[in-house]
Amino acid sequence: MSERDHIFERIREALRTSAPRPGAHPWDSAGSAGLPSGADFDRVLSATGRTFEENAALFERNSVDLATEFLRVDGRDEALAAVVRLRDREGWKRVASHRGELTDAACAALGLPVHWTGAADDVGVLEQCDAGLSECDALVAHTGSVLVTSRSAGGRALSVLPPHHVVLARREQLLPGLPEAFALLKTKYGGNYPSMISFITGPSRTGDIERTLVLGAHGPKKLTVLLW
Amino acid sequence: MKVTLFIPCYIDLFYPQVGQCIVRILEELGHGVVCPESPACCGQPAFNTGYWDETRTVAVKVMERLREAEVVVIPSGSCGAMIKVFYPELFAGTPHEALARELAPRCHEFSAFLVNKLGVTDLGARFPHKVTFHDGCHGLRELDNKQPPRALMAKVRDLELVEMSEAETCCGFGGTFAAKFPMISTAMGEVKCASALETGAEYIVSCDSSCLMHLQGLIDRQRKPIKTLHLAEILVQR
Amino acid sequence: MSTAATQFKRDARRLTADLRHRHIIHSALSQYEVTRDEKKALFQDWQGARQLAAGIKWEAVNHLDRYVDQFVRGLEARGTRVHWARTGQQARDIVLGILKSRQARMVVKSKAMTTEEIHLNEAMEGAGYEVVESDLGEFIVQLRGEAPYHIVFPAMHLTRGEIRETFQRKLGGAPSDNPEALTMVARRVLRRKYIEADAGITGANFAIAETGMISITENEGNARLAAALPKTMITLLGLEKVLPRLEDLALFLPMLATVGAAQLISGYNTMYGGPRQPGEADGPEEFHVILLDHQRTAYLADAEQRDALHCIRCGACLNVCPIYRNVGGHTYGTTYSGPIGAVITPNLRNLQDWKHLSYASSLCGACSEACPVQIPLHHHLLRNRRNSTRQKPCWWQRTAFRGYALVANSCRGWGLVTRLGRFGQKFHGLILGSRLDPAYAWTKTRDLPPIAAQTFKEWWRRRGKTRA
Repeated sequence: MSERDHIFERIREALRTSAPRPGAHPWDSAGSAGLPSGADFDRVLSATGRTFEENAALFERNSVDLATEFLRVDGRDEALAAVVRLRDREGWKRVASHRGELTDAACAALGLPVHWTGAADDVGVLEQCDAGLSECDALVAHTGSVLVTSRSAGGRALSVLPPHHVVLARREQLLPGLPEAFALLKTKYGGNYPSMISFITGPSRTGDIERTLVLGAHGPKKLTVLLW
Repeated sequence: MKVTLFIPCYIDLFYPQVGQCIVRILEELGHGVVCPESPACCGQPAFNTGYWDETRTVAVKVMERLREAEVVVIPSGSCGAMIKVFYPELFAGTPHEALARELAPRCHEFSAFLVNKLGVTDLGARFPHKVTFHDGCHGLRELDNKQPPRALMAKVRDLELVEMSEAETCCGFGGTFAAKFPMISTAMGEVKCASALETGAEYIVSCDSSCLMHLQGLIDRQRKPIKTLHLAEILVQR
Repeated sequence: MSTAATQFKRDARRLTADLRHRHIIHSALSQYEVTRDEKKALFQDWQGARQLAAGIKWEAVNHLDRYVDQFVRGLEARGTRVHWARTGQQARDIVLGILKSRQARMVVKSKAMTTEEIHLNEAMEGAGYEVVESDLGEFIVQLRGEAPYHIVFPAMHLTRGEIRETFQRKLGGAPSDNPEALTMVARRVLRRKYIEADAGITGANFAIAETGMISITENEGNARLAAALPKTMITLLGLEKVLPRLEDLALFLPMLATVGAAQLISGYNTMYGGPRQPGEADGPEEFHVILLDHQRTAYLADAEQRDALHCIRCGACLNVCPIYRNVGGHTYGTTYSGPIGAVITPNLRNLQDWKHLSYASSLCGACSEACPVQIPLHHHLLRNRRNSTRQKPCWWQRTAFRGYALVANSCRGWGLVTRLGRFGQKFHGLILGSRLDPAYAWTKTRDLPPIAAQTFKEWWRRRGKTRA
């Protein structure tokens, strides 16, 4: 018998006695049987906005707390101009990105050498880039998160290795909360998920030294989100 | 209403005045009070140490004495929780399970009895002092008893309640824990006392004399400028 | 007393007397409590969220065979190699086997308590591999040769000065004791390690049955890098980590962050479902998932305490535990400290050797109240105590409680106790607080109140007579 079979046998043997349902405590009323629905989640989780403007405001408030630079711009041309301003402000010499409608346009506007992820010896070059530009799958207003996948955002390293991660997002990509983000993943990829799905919330951070917040522990020190 | 009073062992021996105050309060409210001679202990020390068979021997006697009671009032969240919450588990699957389950809802911690059962908050008391309140853990977390003592204190004239930052933190008594791990118990008591002293209160008030015995013991040893009182002792002040 | 119990008492005595240590832990955790409550308040119904989370975990753990099977099938369908380890030894051998077959030399790790549980680092180092912990806190305690102090904050017991001193000694320099400067020292050192590492080892916070993915929660991006750069990725996780559906994370991710680190959500929440897939820019060539039993199936068989397997290792119970806050994480001498450690360690290892952890609690219940998945932790401590005395009663305690049962609820017996107490009290002053004092454990640090001149029962009896 394989170790797998052994373990399954032990699990099935153990589960012959049934365990009491949770909530045996005075302060814990018992939950209902079975798995909760999306409506149950909506009832307990934080309230989100109903309109685009409300959710954009929520994302903005979260960005302030998280030290995410959130730039709302009016249309694609302004977005490209904003990327160019970032280049000048930060003094980028070289950026990394991936092929995509928005990133192609942004990189063209930048006029800098671009490292496209997916090439051989990616890591050494990628690490030398000043910024990583990527698209995303969604923005989540409730948490101030950016949802990326290894398919939509140039692989796994682009969004964490360069010191500055710049995300390009369109208006319709802003979602109210996490339940909507998981629903989107299901409709977009269901059955054929990318090998990595990541909710990025703010720049890399640590509080491991005396609980003092420091940005840029390992990943990017800066995160900029451009939304139009 | 005919109230049966359950007096825990440490109140009987060390703090009889707490029981006397409660008798006075209940009688002034027009209720008859009886107190069975024998039960002195709910069995919690044995229970918490893991000796559940021995606990059952003690607890069966308690339940039999209280079997006929209309309501039982217990001036302790800890003993109250023992009877209300832990007896049903202790007797699960034994012939006494039904009695334990049936008894639980008839038992009330003292402050909860006044506020939730009798609907009384104003006892006409006056206590012109600054106090802080210690929530005994069992009362707070097993019996959900946060509000009743505060509702009672709110109606005491000239009493100023200043909540301490560690109001809900355990004082470190924990029954046999206090003797098994005295160093931890003492450190916890010090944290509690420091938090109480920070408020500038003259008294630490609680519904649990067992917690107060531990805190007063520390206060006396370390000569801290604060005293402890059971809530019932305040409710009879005029 | 077991060696572990002796060590616990010795360290507890030392650390409870160490006011500096107590201050560090109290101030760190008091700030945590304030922020956690702010984040909790953002939930429309926090108690409702706990109920849902507990219900989902109950469903997963009580149908573990079904969900683990689904999880594994999903992983394998996309080229992940799944391994099964019943013991720590098997898990260590599997990891060493993978490293050997991949001709690895250096391994970069992201924080994983399961690897602490099986002492994986020692095994890899013993076999000649260079092992680098990449989570900043873990990196610091690794440099110091210590175990993590806390499940979530491994280096919370250290001051910036101590960390600077460690960096100077082990890394050859640290410009100042400013946390940012120290973090940047670690960043520079670890960047090189990521790029050179042959394998990345991670744990997992959740395993998603529906889609065959693991989910990792972190703030620093170190797990993201460990899963992106090395050619081989290895994830070690306990069987019980499974959640039925992908969307369950919509509840668990914010709850974990709220109670774990007082955040709205953690910096990176990442799901991995396989090695680099066709058309993807990068990622490991091989992805190995090791499912660890290590007594979990034995725990599962205890229906009374099965819900201890609901634990998501958030550390909330440690943070609120007054015992933990006064004795600190290392005193426990276990991988999992605090209330959850005190509940599971005696059952995972040996009840008689580790029961002291279940006794070292005032049973205040702050842990159970804090637990996001409603594990009644302090009630389980009571059950551990019951099980330990059933298995091996202590003769004098049992005799004492039997004697007590006889006298406590008899009028005569209690009267005798009262009189004896009064008599003994007369002489108590002579030995008070000394080793001869039978109440030494109490009187060493506390005064004992005198027995009242008239007990309540005596008063009540006299009052009855007067009235009659």
